[in-house]
Amino acid sequence: MIKVDHVTKRFGAITAVDDVTFEVKAGERFALLGPNGAGKSTTIKMLTTLLRPTKGNMSLNQHDVVKNQDAARRSFGIVFQDPSVDTEMTAYENMQLHAVLYHVPSGQIDKRVKELLELVELWDRRDSLVKTYSGGMKRRLEIARGLLHHPKLLFLDEPTLGLDAQTRNLLWEYVQRLSREQNMTIFFTTHYMEEAEANASRIAFIDHGKIIAMGTAVELKKQTNTRSLEQAYLKMTGTKIRDEQVDPHDAWRERHRARSMR
Amino acid sequence: MRVLYILWLRQLKRYFRSKSRIVGSIGQPLLFLLALGYGLGSIYKRAGEGNYLHFLVPGIMIQTALFAAMFFGAMIIFDRQFGFLKETLVAPVSRLKIMLGGAIGGATTASIQGALVLVISFVLGYRPTRWAMIPVALLIMLVLSIAIACFSSGIGSFVEDMQGFQAINQFLVFPLYFLSGALYPLDNVPSWLRIVTEFNPISYAVDAMRWSLIGEAKFGIGKDLIALAITLIISMVFGALRFRRIEA
Repeated sequence: MIKVDHVTKRFGAITAVDDVTFEVKAGERFALLGPNGAGKSTTIKMLTTLLRPTKGNMSLNQHDVVKNQDAARRSFGIVFQDPSVDTEMTAYENMQLHAVLYHVPSGQIDKRVKELLELVELWDRRDSLVKTYSGGMKRRLEIARGLLHHPKLLFLDEPTLGLDAQTRNLLWEYVQRLSREQNMTIFFTTHYMEEAEANASRIAFIDHGKIIAMGTAVELKKQTNTRSLEQAYLKMTGTKIRDEQVDPHDAWRERHRARSMR
Repeated sequence: MRVLYILWLRQLKRYFRSKSRIVGSIGQPLLFLLALGYGLGSIYKRAGEGNYLHFLVPGIMIQTALFAAMFFGAMIIFDRQFGFLKETLVAPVSRLKIMLGGAIGGATTASIQGALVLVISFVLGYRPTRWAMIPVALLIMLVLSIAIACFSSGIGSFVEDMQGFQAINQFLVFPLYFLSGALYPLDNVPSWLRIVTEFNPISYAVDAMRWSLIGEAKFGIGKDLIALAITLIISMVFGALRFRRIEA
């Protein structure tokens, strides 16, 4: 489903992703874990056609993400790490717009939007402008939206960031169900190791733009001779705190998000 | 078609929900009409040119539509900063459609604002000589607005922030506007300046507006329409090429 072949991404002098190669098969739940600035989001941005790789090839569902962008885009859904809803529109309008962009048949839009907004408990607030939502509510809306068009492949970039335990559980339950019942491929990043351990069928550690280990949670623990995935992770990536390189848009958004959550 | 429609609709909804934008879009042209119309009207008459409001209103309509349509480029910058742009960029829809849907929406709101100026000018005593041609005038304004919205989305695609966008507005769009003959006749300008005005697409839009509303054209309506068509095509190609290259 996903093929990444010797991919490198440079921003000026910084190498964000360095000669990365991996493959994810249909129906897998694949977790990409790493410290801040390790290259997780850059990898997802390249896979989802938002950035072009400097070198190497990547394909989704056998469509090259550079040469065959539209076909590649048709293959996936994504929940972004940072906000991407239109806050001047209502939740319902955001969902509707997404459904149209992803060619959901008109007859099914209302039904699916209702089902998903009920799942994330936003149905009662569907006609409120999103700018009146709390941070957690916006996040739930983004998740509902990412699931709206029943993609074959779903990217979740730190989907549970800032969510309470109830919503986190709900989300993973639903994702597990989609993976089981529809054989949906899931590719996610997270900073919560127990989430990865519980939900991923395979895990890769990435650090300084390179993949340093890959396997099931059991294999990774065995390899490092540790008892939990968190210990395995810390053993491989070290305990030093990283500074993240951010592009100006991300930095700007970050400031605004902080302000709106205050 | 559904995709174009929903993106068009988004622009309209956002316009009608923003009271400050509606007030601003009426306030500025009203100020121009009052300040210039009454301020310069008597001088214009004394110079033997006739009724200034007659001359001015088509120009102010174009001014309103021009700057309102330029605002669409700013919307792209806002969408990028607030993250919404990514949602449209990863969708399985060609970027051309994404840009066009929004640009036509932005152009529609720009034309609505231009039409409001016409209504206001009725109140101020403006009477076009060719009432039946008002729909043609509105259509000309819409075509110019689509061209400008496409152009501004091209600008919005590679300018990093609002400051950069404003700089382009100040150094490119304002001069083009002042050299378009919208506010005053440009008959007696030095020849180098005349060349500038003759390569200025806004000049032809203003001319076509005057032709429709008061039956006076400097270049002639045929030339105006050809210039508008060329402007539209070049802007669309420019906007589409730049927008396709956005990385977020």
